[in-house]
Amino acid sequence: MLKIENLKVNYGGIEAVKGISFDIKQGEIVTLIGANGAGKSTTLRTISSLVKPASGSINFLGNDITGIPAHQIVKAGITLCPEGRHIFPDMTVLENIKIGAYLRNDNLDKDIEKVYDLFPILKERNWQLAGTLSGGEQQMLAVARGLMSNPKLMMLDEPSLGLAPLVVKDIFNVITEINKTGVTILLVEQNANMALKIADRAYVLETGRITMQGTGKELIENEKIIEAYLGKQAK
Amino acid sequence: MDTILQHGLTGISLGGAYALIAIGYTLVYGILRLINFAHGDIFMMAGYFMIFAFANFPWYIAIILVLIATVILGVAIEKAAYSPLRNAPRMSVMISAIGVSYLLQNLATYLFTALPMSYPEIPGLKKILIIGNLTASLVTFITPIVTIVLSAGLIILINNTKIGMSMRAVSRDYEAAQLMGIKLNTTISFTFAVGSLLAAIGSILYFTDRMMVFPFSGSLPGLKCFVAAVLGGIGSIPGAVIGGFILGIGETILIACGQSTFSDAFTFVLLIIILLFRPTGIFGEKVIDKV
Repeated sequence: MLKIENLKVNYGGIEAVKGISFDIKQGEIVTLIGANGAGKSTTLRTISSLVKPASGSINFLGNDITGIPAHQIVKAGITLCPEGRHIFPDMTVLENIKIGAYLRNDNLDKDIEKVYDLFPILKERNWQLAGTLSGGEQQMLAVARGLMSNPKLMMLDEPSLGLAPLVVKDIFNVITEINKTGVTILLVEQNANMALKIADRAYVLETGRITMQGTGKELIENEKIIEAYLGKQAK
Repeated sequence: MDTILQHGLTGISLGGAYALIAIGYTLVYGILRLINFAHGDIFMMAGYFMIFAFANFPWYIAIILVLIATVILGVAIEKAAYSPLRNAPRMSVMISAIGVSYLLQNLATYLFTALPMSYPEIPGLKKILIIGNLTASLVTFITPIVTIVLSAGLIILINNTKIGMSMRAVSRDYEAAQLMGIKLNTTISFTFAVGSLLAAIGSILYFTDRMMVFPFSGSLPGLKCFVAAVLGGIGSIPGAVIGGFILGIGETILIACGQSTFSDAFTFVLLIIILLFRPTGIFGEKVIDKV
């Protein structure tokens, strides 16, 4: 579905991504794990065309989408829930959800209903300004907003960032649920343990290069991964 | 009492024209975080456009031509001088704006000479009306009405339409807006178009009253309207309108008291006071940076 080949990205004068290749198949949950500064977010931002790559290609559903304008990426069916959520704080919850469907001209009522079913708490907060929501609710709103564009591929950048463990669990449950409805997921996480548990496949990114790959299960049992990302107690 | 009302009307009318220009500053600031120093000069150019359009076309076509030409000028300035600097530091864009301002002033001097040219009289606008004890020309009466109707319309546009939603999104968060599928450049161009359109309408009302256009007739009103926008809280449309009215009325009162020498100083004293005591202006957004 998504095929990335030899992608190189310069970011702030340094080469943040140094030639990575990976692919995602329809219906999968794929996760990129790695430490701070490994190039995970840059990879997602490049796929979304917020950053232009220095070289390499990005292919989505058989079309080359490298460097096309960001709004066309959304139109093609890729959505990104950015790191730090980036909801619109001075719009209401409902407006945030509606703006997620900015490129659509059809009736939204059914889909709004659907995301409210997925996140009942957002329905209660319908008219509240999004900036007044708690961190967890804001993350849910960011996911709900992303879903409104009817994506084929949903990319999530650090959805667990700064959230309480219980809330993180909720978010990950929802991600699996969304995946079951047929949306392919590309997940970037520092919380490698949680990410690997739900992932079909995973790639490990270290200073801009992919150093390891495998199924979620393989990696969660891998000695090196346990040592570097999961901590000893995960054994 | 009548004199007070009479001066009040003049003040409100001047304030209305100020408000229309101030909205342009506030809109552009809201989206680009840029003080568009060329805005006053776009307003001045609109004055010249009218002189030439009026000489060649009937007045109603001339008005439409002026509006279109001003919008094109505003959008073209954005494309040529600001858009290439989208990722540059804010200071660079501001310097570019100052450059455009001088360019327009000197271009006008070169093309039209520095001598004031008389502004055409749109039929009916200068007609003297007497309502109760108030005597003023039609333009004085309609300016505040036009201002209020247009700003109300603009607020409705921003809050209730798709393009308005994209303006709000872009003004808040460039990247998130793009992730929604909003076209950044289209939204920014639209903002400049709206700002220039209001400046063109403001220029018709203002110059009909002043009857003269010269290459620097945009610079002082431009600065004053910038102050009006700051006073109201830059980024806020109701703020710009209120700020415009406050300046217009304040200035007129000073003139009425025989202190016309200080009427311009009033504006800038007000700026200093507002910056000292309430830098975010009357309706300014509270700056909460939550990371």
